[in-house]
Amino acid sequence: MKVRVEVTRRPEIADPQGTTIKRALHDLGHTGVDEVRVNSVFHLEVEGADPDDVRSNVEEMCRQLLANPVLEDFEIELLP
Amino acid sequence: MTTAVVVFPGTNCEHDVVTAITQLGGSARLVWHRETDLDGYDSVVLPGGFAHGDALRTGAIARFSPIMEPVARFAEEGKPVIGICNGFQVLCEAGLLPGALIANRDLSFICRFIDVEVTDTATVLTNKAEPGQRLRIPLNSYEGNWVSPDGEGRVVAKYVDDPNGSTDRAAAVANEAGNVVGIMPHPERATDALLGSTDGDVFLRSFLSSLVPV
Repeated sequence: MKVRVEVTRRPEIADPQGTTIKRALHDLGHTGVDEVRVNSVFHLEVEGADPDDVRSNVEEMCRQLLANPVLEDFEIELLP
Repeated sequence: MTTAVVVFPGTNCEHDVVTAITQLGGSARLVWHRETDLDGYDSVVLPGGFAHGDALRTGAIARFSPIMEPVARFAEEGKPVIGICNGFQVLCEAGLLPGALIANRDLSFICRFIDVEVTDTATVLTNKAEPGQRLRIPLNSYEGNWVSPDGEGRVVAKYVDDPNGSTDRAAAVANEAGNVVGIMPHPERATDALLGSTDGDVFLRSFLSSLVPV
């Protein structure tokens, strides 16, 4: 089963990369950009047919490794 | 009394740490990250470098290395555990120190001598320092910007200026008990006049003086 995981840094935590990209966009004339946040997207190919099982396995992977619970939240999407 | 200096794939400051400790009269040996016990050691240093290539996040993979189980036990038992630079990042990822380290505010790799001020002398890394003492040691990092969303963590040394955006200008952070400390700049690279400073000795002498026989 294909699974898409997006890990986002919580809004209250600084994102220096996003800030730098925003500045570059402004330099290019895109001055209407108010905020840029950079997220991570993981594409997984996971064994298993039961969507609930796959989801709970991937949740475990997120909590253990893919996301840092101090800084980040995650969203899991099971793809057809 | 011997300090274990842990080597992950990609660690690159381990020999500097062993040399610095040895120069100060201590004893230190390298321990590979696949080892599962720390028998015969009484303290741990996680040195700097790029453990596991910093894949995913700094320290994210290293925290699962087998050696981290006995390191966590040492931390719980109150034995001295310090992390320098990348080692600090590993300790945060492992949950042995609060907070996390993110990219420097200006996205620059900072590589220069920096002044830090000791703000807490009741830890294994600062007990030989005077409160408010300023020390000059090198900072060499990209992810040196410490954040602590819950407001946890004892800041034990602060940058005098604000090089990287770190919360409370934190250069070094301790756990509640003061036996686990992470420091972003490198004391071991300031232990010989030839290196430009010997101020790092204050931190390492503190560490050695905190050791008690096993």
